[in-house]
Amino acid sequence: MRRFIKISLQKPELAAALLLAGLVFFFQIMSNGVFLSPANLRGILGLMPEMALVAIGVTLLMICGEFDLSVGSVFAICPMTMAVLMAGGWPFWPAIVAGLLVCAFIGFLNGWLTIRFAIPSFITTLGMLFMVRSLTVVISGGFPPRLQVDAIPTWLFVEFVGPGNLLRASFLWFVVIAMAVSLLLSKTNFGNWVRATGGFLPAATAMGIPTARVKIACFMICSVLAGFAGSIQVMRIGSPLPSIGEGLELAAVAAAVIGGASLLGGIGSIMGGIIGAILIRVIDNGMVLSQVDSNWFKFAVGALTILAVVGNSWLRKRGQSMKVET
Amino acid sequence: MMNSQEQPIISVRNVHKWYSGVHALRGVSVDFRANEAVGLVGDNGAGKSTLISILAGLHAKDEGEIYVEGKLAAIDNPRDAMNLGIETIYQYNSMVPNMSIARNMFIGREPLKASFMGVGLLDEARMRTESVAAIANVDLHLRSPDALVGELSGGQRQGVAIARAMHFKSKVMILDEPTNHLSVKETAKVIGFVQSLKAQNVTGIFISHNLHHVFACCERIVAMAMGEIVLDKPIAETSIEEILQVL
Repeated sequence: MRRFIKISLQKPELAAALLLAGLVFFFQIMSNGVFLSPANLRGILGLMPEMALVAIGVTLLMICGEFDLSVGSVFAICPMTMAVLMAGGWPFWPAIVAGLLVCAFIGFLNGWLTIRFAIPSFITTLGMLFMVRSLTVVISGGFPPRLQVDAIPTWLFVEFVGPGNLLRASFLWFVVIAMAVSLLLSKTNFGNWVRATGGFLPAATAMGIPTARVKIACFMICSVLAGFAGSIQVMRIGSPLPSIGEGLELAAVAAAVIGGASLLGGIGSIMGGIIGAILIRVIDNGMVLSQVDSNWFKFAVGALTILAVVGNSWLRKRGQSMKVET
Repeated sequence: MMNSQEQPIISVRNVHKWYSGVHALRGVSVDFRANEAVGLVGDNGAGKSTLISILAGLHAKDEGEIYVEGKLAAIDNPRDAMNLGIETIYQYNSMVPNMSIARNMFIGREPLKASFMGVGLLDEARMRTESVAAIANVDLHLRSPDALVGELSGGQRQGVAIARAMHFKSKVMILDEPTNHLSVKETAKVIGFVQSLKAQNVTGIFISHNLHHVFACCERIVAMAMGEIVLDKPIAETSIEEILQVL
């Protein structure tokens, strides 16, 4: 029993999960029961996948010990590539695959530059943030092409599905991807390598793990997920604006950190990153419903980030100091 | 030529290594024979760490050859060394602190239930039972394979590292300063372990700058200074004083 409590206390996503439960309860009361109404849940769950998919990739990469600031720009370039190609006569499927390949290449470049020149990924991806944003504007030619919505199977990505039209199709994509990445991290040898690489690089190297390839793979997964999330957003709003996703990189890092991922690598969980992303959505939505001046939104997210990390490290210390037989 | 009984398990021939202009190994030739416990000693910078990093696959040699069981061996990365049966236990622990014992035991060599293109599902039940057994085999008593390595004492961590090396049936075990930062009791345990290697048909290469530890558990001593081997004698034919003179 003590071991169970100890392990639970050390779960990285615990603080965020508790905060989420508390906030949901709080907003439900503040909004006189509107918060958990089907209509409002539709709004929250409909937009949540876009941010959460980015957070999944960023969390995975942070556990691997690296950092990606370029996700906001990658979020924009994927749908822009797709829209430009479709405007040039490409069918939908090759166009979106091309967009995702561009993202995979950006991820590869992020990883390769970081490792080849042994520079912090903070710098590599900061540079990439500007370069990719600029490229997005350049390929759009200044005037974003009209998205040919008719040519897109929107039912597969963004239309409302399920009982009471509660969810968008994007939510199902999100659930499947979240489970797949979670499994990859916790149940496979690759996941073991990711954690070892981020947790203690010298040990991972000494045990013969191909750490460079593991990191590059994580960079690529992160970029592709960000690009996919951006494509979903563009299919939802119907227009490939070159400015979408600005500021998303920091929100995604905040989500990962709120969910218990360590900036130093090795610690964190995909579930935590998702909870972090949901928390940010919940605050955004809950504040509106509670008729709080929306200018306080960023303040709340910032305060939450600090609070969650402080809470997490406190819980983890409590867990570690619990004595159980080894 | 030599018969198989006398053939060294590892034979290092005229190995050179430069680190950005520093000539760290200057033509090192040394043999390690089967079931032998060899102490490798030397001052800081003498080249002993460089030599074992090359044997462990962490660094590449610049010149020379290494033969393992009589065959020319290409050791380009740690996996090559492990596949040849050379396991290394490092001074700064080859364990990831925030991973469990069972996960650490199998880093890079995870048993899989099913796999596709090198990525597969971990056989976690097997990892747990085998790590419990491996740890018990080195006379260490840990109750749960799920405990984080970061929660173990230095000696316990060293014990898990040794258990891991033994589990993968190494032929040669290199222990790089394994007694550093250990308590007196834990040090005695590690020394006892090195003494027991012979009975298990494992060659031990014990790196230390504590000559007393080396004399307590090795049969032969190899001393290095300035990137060269300066002494190679059975323990019985030398003394701490003689070794201190050549270092």
